[in-house]
Order: sequence, then structure tokens, then C-alpha cells
Amino acid sequence: MSDSAATISVRIPVRATAQRRSRPSLTPYALVAPALTLMLMMLLGPLAGVIALSFTDYQLGAPSLSWIGLANYHEMFADKVFWISLRNTLVYVGIVVPGAVTAGLAIALLIQSGTSLRSLYRTIYFLPVMATLIAMAVVWEFMLHPQFGLVNGVLREVGISGPSWLQGRSTALYALCAIGIWQAAGFNMVLFLAGLVSIPKQLYEAAEIDGASSAWARFRLVTWPLLRPVTTFVVVISGIRSFQVFDTVHVLTKGGPSKSSEVLIHTMYTEGFEFFRSGYAAALAVVFLTFILLLTLIKSRLADRGAQYA
Amino acid sequence: MARIELTGIRKSFDATEVLKGIDLTIENGEFLSLVGPSGCGKSTLLRVIAGLEPQSAGQVTIDGSIVDGIRPSARNLAMVFQSYALYPHLSAFDNMAVPLRMRRLSTVERLPLLGSLLPSRRRRERSIRADIEKVAVQLEISHLLQRKPAQLSGGQRQRVAVGRAMVRQPEAFLFDEPLSNLDAKLRVHMRAELAELHRSLRSTFIYVTHDQAEAMTMSSRLAVMISGELVQVGRPAEIYDNPRDIRVAEFVGSPKINVMPGRIRDDGRIEVLGNILRLTSSQPPGNCRIGVRSERIELGSGPFSGDVIHVENMGAEAFVHLSLNGTDMRLIARVNDVRRLPDIGSHVPFNFAADAVLAFNSAGQRIAVTAEQAERIRERAVV
Repeated sequence: MSDSAATISVRIPVRATAQRRSRPSLTPYALVAPALTLMLMMLLGPLAGVIALSFTDYQLGAPSLSWIGLANYHEMFADKVFWISLRNTLVYVGIVVPGAVTAGLAIALLIQSGTSLRSLYRTIYFLPVMATLIAMAVVWEFMLHPQFGLVNGVLREVGISGPSWLQGRSTALYALCAIGIWQAAGFNMVLFLAGLVSIPKQLYEAAEIDGASSAWARFRLVTWPLLRPVTTFVVVISGIRSFQVFDTVHVLTKGGPSKSSEVLIHTMYTEGFEFFRSGYAAALAVVFLTFILLLTLIKSRLADRGAQYA
Repeated sequence: MARIELTGIRKSFDATEVLKGIDLTIENGEFLSLVGPSGCGKSTLLRVIAGLEPQSAGQVTIDGSIVDGIRPSARNLAMVFQSYALYPHLSAFDNMAVPLRMRRLSTVERLPLLGSLLPSRRRRERSIRADIEKVAVQLEISHLLQRKPAQLSGGQRQRVAVGRAMVRQPEAFLFDEPLSNLDAKLRVHMRAELAELHRSLRSTFIYVTHDQAEAMTMSSRLAVMISGELVQVGRPAEIYDNPRDIRVAEFVGSPKINVMPGRIRDDGRIEVLGNILRLTSSQPPGNCRIGVRSERIELGSGPFSGDVIHVENMGAEAFVHLSLNGTDMRLIARVNDVRRLPDIGSHVPFNFAADAVLAFNSAGQRIAVTAEQAERIRERAVV
């Protein structure tokens, strides 16, 4: 986008000056203007706004604000809650990404190798992606209820007394991780299925003739390497999405008990919309954006490498 | 080195029967081409031999042992695919190493990091490298071994695919239209190279193609398949000169054989386009079809005639397309002397020798004809 704007603005004036030396043309700038305006308004403007806000003590609804420099950041780095929520977010990402990627790949492989009912299974596993997570979270709340929940009911049947998942300090975050995996696996499955379909069938036949008789050998020789571009994409997308985890936390635990399931976006929400400390929330948002940016950079770097046989 | 026997092979996909009972023996060291129009089941038959497709009925025997139900990987056959099926993420060297690594290395030795630490793996890798380099020299691809398939041209990929098949010295090679993705010039070149390779390896080759020219030029034997049946098996020259069925006659040979409607008269003589040939048949009277190869049609004189509608001059030879008077039938005649071609639109007489005629009954079966003795004609002329 910015590239093409640059080339146009450079090339056309050169040609224009060759014809009419007196006046540099405004046409290229006029042509780029609508797109540039939209981008400024929708993306760059708000971003700059958030960054600027993070250097102020603005409170939501306050008539004035003052520049306080890095004070928000100093406060944030000294705050225990910030570090807990950052750690929890990283734990969440660290569990949900491998979990959802493996589950998505496994489901995709199973569906792909099946003969009938493929579209039925596809739909079933994709349901969590389409459903409203807030509504689903309520269902999960029932399922994980310590007394009459389905999960503990099943555990009781086999003689294990389950903990109160969402109320226990040691289990709340992991229960949320499980829901996160459940929710993301379907989306990953669809991406993996698309990747699997694009692998030529003859490669499997060649592998079979070359002596790869076990399913694992064929997976290692053909499926896994040819899925690499898709896998990179899925890992990064799952990473970004699980960094953004908020709705289940907000509905089910509100970050509790005693901050054991507090995550970055939830902290941001509490600071910004419950304590109205918009400046401080903006500083949190900047930290969050840095992580997302990092993931995006890794993705574009890896995608370039994987593109050769994608 | 293997003798492959097929007995009563049948294959159905749902309700459609693709192979209708194939019996065929491929001798040790033979170059057999399975040839036929698209959709005749030749590729399916090859896949049945390879084990990629289970047959619905019948038996495949390799070197005396029945291989039905045995996995493709255990049959020790190598296959070259139409699309080459090279692993895109592996270099040419690694592609060729796959069958060797799969066979010579244990599962533990194949593990990515751990495996390479084992001394036994290093020893085996050395022998694998030596084997691949030997084959690479033979195929003249030594300088390409480090490249990925995407960096190779079609012909080079084809060589790597053949190399991957060669390195493990299989019982037999199966080729599934390996040249059809190459351009015309390279195809002719690779044809000669594959035939040469067969002579030097002296291994069993089974080659599937829809291109009759490929089949004719490379193979020691041809098996012509049409709609799921083996119609004729024989040496290329035999099939060309002596087709047993009109479909074989039409499929083999380029340009296509000229077919004219004929009739067996009550006295057993054959009549074509209003002219009586010096041929008799013992078949009952009725309609028949007469096939004459384009190179056996002699322009210039004779009882037949047609209008020239098109001339294809190839330089060394030319094909003259004739439209027969009053019909929409067309004939193609090959003219060896391109300096004496008829003009388009001109009317030319033509003839063909009695021994050039291949006669088929109305069902398409070849029927025997005998040339009339010259004396008999003279006698009749006297009477």
C-alpha cells in the first residue's frame, strides 16, 4: 500500500516534469488520498491515539488530562497484577497453541481419512467456532459445575471426586485453557483440511511404493513437511487469538480466584472500564500490541520461507 | 528381474467394471507396453500390479509367488508416475534416498536428530550415498542432486523420478505415462533413452501409455487394451501388420488407418465403393469393413478416385487427405515424394494392392481373405 503510493508519487512527477517543467502534478497524491485517509482514520490514527494516551493520566470521562511521561509504564512494571496477568497469558498461549494445533491436525487427519460422513464431522467440529463464545461459556460453566456438572458427574462414575474447576486457584486457568483448545481446534481443523486436500495423492502412493508402509512413516515423509506452510499460519493465528483471550475469562472467572486466571486483556478491561484509568489501560494495550506485532513479524518471515512449495 | 503373471484380473468401481478379466504374462526382462485410449483401464491395471489398487477378482503373481493382499512397499516394484510425484521439500538427492532409507535404516535410525548420532546410521548413509551417486552418473544428473524439484525442468525431474526408481534395484519398473508431461521434442529424446536404459538394466519394464508411437518405438511387446479388455498382445510390428480387431487397427498407427465400408458378395468376393477387389472371403455374405494403411494407398491411377481437400507436407513425407466422391468419407494417403503432390481441389485416382487390405466383419473382428490367383482371372477373361 505505502509502497505503491511511493512509486506512483516518484514516477509520475518525473514524467510530468519532462512534459511540463513548471508545475509538479498533484494527481498522484489525489489518487492515493482516499485510501490513505481511510487507513489513517481506521488504523494508524487510533493506534497513535492509544500510544499517546499511554503517556497521560487520562481517566474516562475526565474533563482534562496531563502528560505524565513514562509514569504509567513505571507503575505497570512495578505492579504485581501486571506480571501475574502477563505470566497467565503466556501460560494460556503456551498450552492452547500446541493443544489446539495438535487437536486441529488430529481431527483433520481423521476426517480426511474417513470415507463417509465427512461433511457431518466437519460441521460438528466447526460448531464451536461459529457459536457465540459467551453463550458457550455459560454452557461450560454448567458442565464444570462442582456438584451437578457433567465433567464431575462422569468423574464420579469412575470413582474420582473432581475439583471445583473454575473456583480452584490451581485449576481455573487450566479449565479456561481446555475451553480455549475446544474453541480453537475447529478453526484449525478447517485450515488443516484445506492444506491436506492440496497435497497430491500421488505423493502418498509414491511414498507407499518407496517403502513407507506405516501411516507414521507416510505422515513424516509427506503430510508433515507439505503442511508446513499451513502449520506456520495456524500456529501464529492461534497464538494471536489466544493472546486475545477475554470472553471466557470475563464470563467464567473474572480473573479470579485471587488473580489466578487474570489475563492481559482482562486486566486492560478492568483498568479501563471498571476503574476508568484509561491512560494506564492504554499502556497495557501497547504491551499487548507489541506481542501481537512480534508474532505477526515471525509469521511473515516464516511464510516467506515456506512459500516455495506452498 | 521378475516374471509377472496376471490371471483373470477384474476391477469394478461401484457399478462400472473397469477391468474385465485380464490374463497376461510379462516375461522376465521384457519391455511391455500397455497401450490403449484414455479410460481403457490401463493405468488401473498398472496400479493393480503395483498394489495401489486391490483387484476385485483375479490373481497377481510375481516370480511365482502370489502377491494379492501384500502391500505395495513389500512387492519390491518401482513406479514412475506421470506427475513424477517427487517430494517437493526434498532435494533430488534426498528424493532418491527415500526408498533406500526406508529399506536400509531402522525406525530408530530414521529419527531426525537422534538417528544421525548413531554410528550404524552413518555407515549406512555412506552406502546410500555411494549407490545414489552411481545412478546419478548413469542418468547424468550428478550436478542436480542438491536442487529441489521446483528448481528442475520437466526432463530433469523425470530423470530424478527414474533415478529414484532405479536406486533400489527393484524386481520390475512400472511406468505410468511418464513422458506425457514433456514437450514433443524431449519426449522423442526420452523415448530413446528409456529404451536404452531398459537394454542396459535388462529388468522387467511395464509401461503404460496412450501414445501408440511411444509404445511402438520402445517396447518389445505391446498389449492393446480397449474398454477394459486386452484385445491383442504381440510384437509391435505384428500388431501393426496384423491387427485382430478393427479397434486395434484404428488405434495403432499414425495417421489412423483408412476404413471403407465394403460388402461380401454372394460369390465370396469383396466389393468396396462399387469396385470388386481381387479378394475372396469364406465368411457369409453381408457387410464388412475394409482397412488400408495410408502408406499403402497409391495415388495416380486405379479404379478409385477422390478430391484432394487438404495436404500436410512434413518435409520428408506428406499426407494427402481425400474426400471420396459423393460421400463424406475421408481417406489419408502418404506420399513419400513431396515434390509431386496433387493440388488441393484436384481430382485424383488411386488404388491399393490386394495384400494391403485388412478386412473386418460387421462386429469388428478380423476376417481372413485370400487373394485370387492371377490365372483364375485370366481364365475368366478368356471365358
